[in-house]
Amino acid sequence: MTFLIQQTLIYAIPLMIVALAGVYAERSGIINLALEGIMIFGAFVGVLFVNLTQQAGTFDAAKAAGDWVALQGFELLAMLVAAIMGAIFSLLLSFASVNLKADQTIGGTALNLMAPALVLFLIRIIANQNTLQMYTGDAASWFMIKKSLFGYGRNDEMGFLGSTFIDKVYLATYVCILLFVILSIILYKTRFGLRLRSCGENPQAADSLGINVYKMRYIGTTISGALAGMGGFVYALTTANCASTGDVAGFGFLALAVMIFGNWKPLNIAGASLLFGLFKCVAAAYSSIDINGDGVFLLAQIGISPHFYRMLPYLITLIVLAFTSKKSRAPKAEGIPYDKGQR
Amino acid sequence: MKQRGPNLLEREGTRSVLASMISIIIGMLVGSILILIMGLSNSSLGLSSAWDGIRLVFGGLFSTGRSASGALTWGFNSTSIGNMLFRATPLIMTGLSVAVAFKTGLFNIGAPGQYLMGTAASLIIALGIPSETVPAGLIWLLAFLGGALAGAIWGAIPGMLKAFLNINEVLACIMTNWIAANLVTWVFDGSNYRNLVENTKSAYIYKTAYNNVATPKLGLDAIFPNSQVNGGIIIAVVLAVLVYILMTKTTLGYELKACGSNRHAARYAGINDKRNIVLSMAIAGALSGIAASLYYLSGNTEFFWATYQSLPATGFNGIPVALLAVNHPIGVIFTGCFMSMLDIVGLQLTNLTAYNEYITDVIISVIVYLSAFSLVIKMMLTKRGKKGKTPTRTAGDAPAQTAEKGGESA
Repeated sequence: MTFLIQQTLIYAIPLMIVALAGVYAERSGIINLALEGIMIFGAFVGVLFVNLTQQAGTFDAAKAAGDWVALQGFELLAMLVAAIMGAIFSLLLSFASVNLKADQTIGGTALNLMAPALVLFLIRIIANQNTLQMYTGDAASWFMIKKSLFGYGRNDEMGFLGSTFIDKVYLATYVCILLFVILSIILYKTRFGLRLRSCGENPQAADSLGINVYKMRYIGTTISGALAGMGGFVYALTTANCASTGDVAGFGFLALAVMIFGNWKPLNIAGASLLFGLFKCVAAAYSSIDINGDGVFLLAQIGISPHFYRMLPYLITLIVLAFTSKKSRAPKAEGIPYDKGQR
Repeated sequence: MKQRGPNLLEREGTRSVLASMISIIIGMLVGSILILIMGLSNSSLGLSSAWDGIRLVFGGLFSTGRSASGALTWGFNSTSIGNMLFRATPLIMTGLSVAVAFKTGLFNIGAPGQYLMGTAASLIIALGIPSETVPAGLIWLLAFLGGALAGAIWGAIPGMLKAFLNINEVLACIMTNWIAANLVTWVFDGSNYRNLVENTKSAYIYKTAYNNVATPKLGLDAIFPNSQVNGGIIIAVVLAVLVYILMTKTTLGYELKACGSNRHAARYAGINDKRNIVLSMAIAGALSGIAASLYYLSGNTEFFWATYQSLPATGFNGIPVALLAVNHPIGVIFTGCFMSMLDIVGLQLTNLTAYNEYITDVIISVIVYLSAFSLVIKMMLTKRGKKGKTPTRTAGDAPAQTAEKGGESA
């Protein structure tokens, strides 16, 4: 059970934060199909930052001394770098769709094509292979929070809550949850949030009240890019042992599905991402999930093909969308370039 | 007074071609700049290697390797050009697939999934029917049709979801892509089609030549010796012309386009919009499925069946092929060849320099990015054209032009 919850969270949290990234863009009126691409780019930048910093030996002393506060700071720094670069990358999308009034779907697709191409081109030259890894050690030894940090011994029991939420977890997960809560409140309870959302519903009316629609859309997409870039790095850190391969296996698109399923509302999205995280976790680790702790790996023993489990998240997405699409209500003005002269 | 038509420079078609050319040149320049930056910033690469790389980006098709002294040599390379035509075949088909969907207002990003399903169906039929009892030509035809049918079914699924449940076709297509990727792996995993004879080739399906099924060469191998070219390219060109006729000269094509420009207006005019959306996606899917059939029935191509982690690039590259051609079926033939030329360029870069084939993907993505606002580029061209306009032109033809453009943007 502990394992199941932890694995689910590992998949659900990046989904949640990237889905929120989608919400920020779409609520401001820009369809951000590029989430996948920005995630790939953010993952690459974060991993490259970790790699280069390790190469420079900046945190070697902290690692040797077991100074885990410094190491967690290192992790946060990498997340920040990924977020900044994700935001910069997303400017390509906002420039095309706000200033040039381009087709946002095609612009997003272009970014989705560009990110893996650019990343693989650079990785191949930097690392001489198709994967960029950490310079030394692995993600677990550098960044994972373990019970030993809290003074527990190797064989000490921490109880269910402790072993689930404190042992063998990443700080990044909790930072993401915190950010998710803060940004959701900003979107719904502040003046800025109201203005942003009005630009996605009726930009003409917003403009007539003195809101700069172009600026708001830029801000929405930039926040979206920052969150997606960070989410990409968190995904690489927690599921891929801090390695970048120019691929996040359709995770950005799943986040879009979560966003639509969650009806563009943060609370629903949190629930939806937990559900999808569970399916993704089943798909990735079905053979080692021990549901009730009796040593029986039920899912592996039913005899269903692993390919079926891998297909499941996407299949469920389609089925769920089929049932909810009638009720879903997208921001009214999303995807439509704002033209001041238009009534 | 009889009006003369607009001259060549001011015609809509010319402007589209010019806009595409500009996109291509900017894309290649960005690729060159990237190579230059990497060359200069990396001490082991240097300026001369960057110069080699840049020359290959523009002229890779005519590269014949390196001479004994290490300098790049140039000339007519029959292998490269033949292979370009061979690789253009599936790209033209996926490009047509995306273009047809675009014409009807749908964004078919599901081409990779349709391509995979077409691959699976073609290969199963081509390898499953014994060629001892059934003539190989008939098997080829069945496999070809099977591929088209499988693609059509896979394309119709997002079409139906869009038409009846109003699910965004982009999202539905992406999900069906990944479902196809897993489904195809599932079908081939443990099947008898896996190539177990050559045990260096793990996770590959037998070539169809194993069952004596192969696309006829039609003499093209005599023109381009040492290449993979075959009759598939001719089939692709014929199909492009057929799609052009379907879209411009038939009632069905008119209805499809009407749904694309304004679904509600089309319904008001008595067109069954739901049927047309499904039909359009089915046609698009069939074209993608044919892309796979033509590629894998050539006899000497191998399919890597463990596809569940990645989607075929041929499917995605249909998008830039269609966009560059402004969704014109005949234009797709040329842009398809251009894309496959970039493929060859990537291969030459990997073989001859320290750079790798991904630079061509960067170039492609820049081109897609630019074509997202090709309308802006076209407008800039129009303004330039207006400046040099002769005063004899009357204002009467201006509305006609804008109307034309309105049709294009839809």
